[in-house]
Amino acid sequence: MRHHLFEWKEGLLISLAAIRANKARSILTMLGIVIGICSVALMATAINGIDKAFVNGISALGANNLYIDKWAWFTDDDFFLMRNRKNVTLDQYERFAKLAKLPLAMAPTILTMHKVLRGENYIEGTLMTGTTDGYVRTTNFNFARGRFFSALESSGARNVAVLGSEVAVHLFEKQDPLSQEVKIDGIPFRVVGVLEKQGSNMLGNFNPDNQVYIPIGTVFKYFRRNRDTVTIVVRARSTELTEATKEEAIGMMRRVRGLLYDEKDDFSVNTQEGLTTEYNKVVGVIKLVGLFITGLSLLVGAIGIMNIMFVSVKERTKEIGIRKAIGAKRRTIMGQFLTEAAVICLMGGLVGLLLAVALSMVINKFLPTSVQMNTIVLAISISLLTGIVSGLAPAWTAAKMDPVEALRYE
Amino acid sequence: MNIINLENISRVYQVGSEEVHALDDVSLKIDRNEYVAIMGPSGSGKSTLMNLLGCLDTPTSGKYELKGTDVSDMSDNELAEVRNREIGFVFQTFNLLPRATSFHNVELPLIYAGVSAAERREKAEQALASVGLKERMLHKPNELSGGQRQRVAVARALVVGPSIILADEPTGNLDSKTGEDIMALFHEIYSKGNTIILVTHEEYIANHAKRVIRLLDGRIESDKPVANRTIPNRGS
Ligand SMILES: Nc1ncnc2c1ncn2[C@@H]1O[C@H](COP(=O)(O)OP(=O)(O)OP(=O)(O)O)[C@@H](O)[C@H]1O
Ligand SMILES: [Mg+2]
Repeated sequence: MRHHLFEWKEGLLISLAAIRANKARSILTMLGIVIGICSVALMATAINGIDKAFVNGISALGANNLYIDKWAWFTDDDFFLMRNRKNVTLDQYERFAKLAKLPLAMAPTILTMHKVLRGENYIEGTLMTGTTDGYVRTTNFNFARGRFFSALESSGARNVAVLGSEVAVHLFEKQDPLSQEVKIDGIPFRVVGVLEKQGSNMLGNFNPDNQVYIPIGTVFKYFRRNRDTVTIVVRARSTELTEATKEEAIGMMRRVRGLLYDEKDDFSVNTQEGLTTEYNKVVGVIKLVGLFITGLSLLVGAIGIMNIMFVSVKERTKEIGIRKAIGAKRRTIMGQFLTEAAVICLMGGLVGLLLAVALSMVINKFLPTSVQMNTIVLAISISLLTGIVSGLAPAWTAAKMDPVEALRYE
Repeated sequence: MNIINLENISRVYQVGSEEVHALDDVSLKIDRNEYVAIMGPSGSGKSTLMNLLGCLDTPTSGKYELKGTDVSDMSDNELAEVRNREIGFVFQTFNLLPRATSFHNVELPLIYAGVSAAERREKAEQALASVGLKERMLHKPNELSGGQRQRVAVARALVVGPSIILADEPTGNLDSKTGEDIMALFHEIYSKGNTIILVTHEEYIANHAKRVIRLLDGRIESDKPVANRTIPNRGS
């Protein structure tokens, strides 16, 4: 055991000396690994960031929510079959609400898009969620100003609006929007509340920050026909109860829609799980492709290391002969060159990692992310592994040299 | 007891379709504390014989016993261990590691032997002192004269306390005065009870030994004690 330690320490000193003796060459070779590790670390960091943004976005939607809808969100079923389904109406929602006992909260929702205007400032095609007062309990909303609209405002189909944080900033800039008037497609609405920033860019327009919430009755009054289909949002009391809540919802919905026992459901109960599955399907491919491409740059770096190690072995043939003559074993010589390759790669890996940390601070401006501990561990392991793998063939060449011929080499 | 026992050793090199018999059926015994010079014309097989004796190479056929152990069929790693423990090499071209200090060069065999740092320091210093180079411990080979380099090489050969010192033309790259110094050093090592085998082209160098083996075309032509010995005078 002691043997190995001394030999290894000797190997380490030799490699440091060799790297120092060929500074320019070592640094150029290292550059390949620096770039490779940097891009792998950045890719891993970006993926982490996208995942995190997605999870944030999902939880902003509400974690234990079900969405009863005419449409199945994620399915391979025929679109035309679903098109022939009857709409889910507000009427059906009211009957359903009386029957369902398990949900913590529920509300009908309908989406529309309109121009929102206040003075000079306006936003085209702002996503509006028409809903009832109960909706706020299906979300994790916090309010920067004011409140959600009340039961009275909801049932009375009043012209009141709750603004997402981005919408409020865009329309009102630094002023307080509370009790001010905005025009939605030219119709005046009074602002009763402003949401706090939810902080996820993942959902795009579906991000609450970019939305306006108004009573569903008001939507039907001005913008939609009464028979249009709505989506019922149902929040379960806990994750454990989600499945039971879903079962009950299916049962009650079948009753409301008067389905016979042998008829198939003519509606869908969607969950975020579907969203997550879909996300993983799409993003999973992107991740693989991304890592593969960055992996290629690492491969180029590794080939550079292998090349330079072969040169190094050749140059030091005589030295290898001398070491063998005075008792170095194959293992010793092998270890010496593997250590050298690993040291070069490790140095390159560390520099690459530092570069990645610096660059991720720039990326952080667009995507909330930072280099994670597991990325650091991964990058270091990969650079070490790269060194060992690319050093293997040259080290073996050195280890199996014939001492007599090596000594004769000039 | 014979420290070295060669029985019918041959070493054949295959060059293209031709076979070169560098050593042809050589048998030879060498005792502990002998001082042997090997001579012969160029290409007669002296270096080949030294490489075999030093376990750097293995014979094509025949048997080689070193201290009673058959080393003819040992594996690479076993041979490395034997070289480390039993053999001290001195080469014509010194063969020191150019980037390492004298101390590190001398310490190296001890590292491969798994000796602790403290003990290495003590032994390497002692070996360097015994060749009169204690002051040059931290010098690198390119900061030393040829004679000094060869002394470092001798110190490296001695440091593990090997059974045999093998020297292939150790004075070949030195002027005759410096060569004499190295020969005096060998004489000193010999008189402490070591076994020395050296290759040389020079009669006056061979005269330092007690026994001269002459090779011709891979065979032993003659094997005689040295008759008209000149007493080596220790040059300064
Ligand atoms: N690797 C090799 N491949 C082929 N032939 C070899 C090899 N090494 C040695 N020989 C041949 O073996 C014979 C003996 O060579 P060796 O080096 O032992 O001679 P030597 O007595 O040491 O000569 P010198 O005095 O010139 O050093 C020579 O004919 C040489 O050409
Ligand atoms: Mg020779």
